[in-house]
Amino acid sequence: MTQGLTPLPEHLEVALVAHGGDPVAAASTMLGVPQYTTAGDFPVEMGYVWSSLASTENGNPLYWDAAVSDELTEGPIAPPSMISVWFRPHHWAPGRSEVALPLQVHFDLKSLFGLPEAVMTDNTITFYDPVRPGDLLTTHQVLTSISEEKTTKLGTGRFWVIEVVYNNQDGALVGIESYTGFGYKREEAR
Amino acid sequence: MTTAPTLVLADAPSGTALPQLRYDVSATTVVLGALATRDWRPMHHDKDFAVNRNGTQDIFLNTPNQAAWFERYLTDWTGPHGRLGSITFRMRGSVFPGDTMVFTGEVTETSIDEAGVGWAHVSMALSVNGEIKTTAAATVALPTTNDDNPWQRRGDAWRP
Repeated sequence: MTQGLTPLPEHLEVALVAHGGDPVAAASTMLGVPQYTTAGDFPVEMGYVWSSLASTENGNPLYWDAAVSDELTEGPIAPPSMISVWFRPHHWAPGRSEVALPLQVHFDLKSLFGLPEAVMTDNTITFYDPVRPGDLLTTHQVLTSISEEKTTKLGTGRFWVIEVVYNNQDGALVGIESYTGFGYKREEAR
Repeated sequence: MTTAPTLVLADAPSGTALPQLRYDVSATTVVLGALATRDWRPMHHDKDFAVNRNGTQDIFLNTPNQAAWFERYLTDWTGPHGRLGSITFRMRGSVFPGDTMVFTGEVTETSIDEAGVGWAHVSMALSVNGEIKTTAAATVALPTTNDDNPWQRRGDAWRP
């Protein structure tokens, strides 16, 4: 396995073999297909909310003053921009032998194309029902596009777009996040 | 207690400039932001990895924390009644310890949708030393009157 790459999941190994080792054809089997439906490891909690607010020195009283949140949002809510936090796994959990990776489709594509480095270039988030402490979110990931091979100042690789759809424990849509990633090899590594 | 809106839609016509925000970034800023967003990837806390593996000059702010910074910038302006509908951002360059982030923004359009939600469309930028590092475009719902509360909208009454 190339440094920086995770093992290819079984369904992609099968797709790769079925398409004669062509990674583009194998990746195309993922397009538009919901993958990795996952329930959050833990409920939404205010400790992380306050850590995020502290990291940005965000004093919005909606998150600090219960009287304001009672009046405006019928109780406490989490800042909308934190939506991706609630499905990111902890670095470790009992019984887990490997570090869990958020946005697994992104790492699958890096491995499939043999691109050890990657950056996120664009991010769009659309916010629906508020997320509240105690909510347990469920997500799934959908690959929506893969580019031809391109060369940027970082190196040569491919862009891809992945959507992450978030629902709460009642099935209500709370957000859709769209990521554009660029997986690449640095020039000296080629 | 009744909290009056800080800003209503009529206060934010197209062309309105948001107050500038400046912030000096330290390694703590980057690491705290990464951990607060549960992002354990080493380029956000391990300078040796960032430099020698990623080829960047230092550790750098992660994507979810940049989203949190833009939200803070917007709601500093709107007050607690402001409700984000969507945000799109594009990173052109990384933000490193030692940088001073400067956030700027401008209302590019306002509208009221069929459900009666008042929207401000805001274009924003995060710059360092005059160089734009990230651009962002957001829609934020603002009260249309002093009695309006965008947070009360659900289902078809909320169409971000």
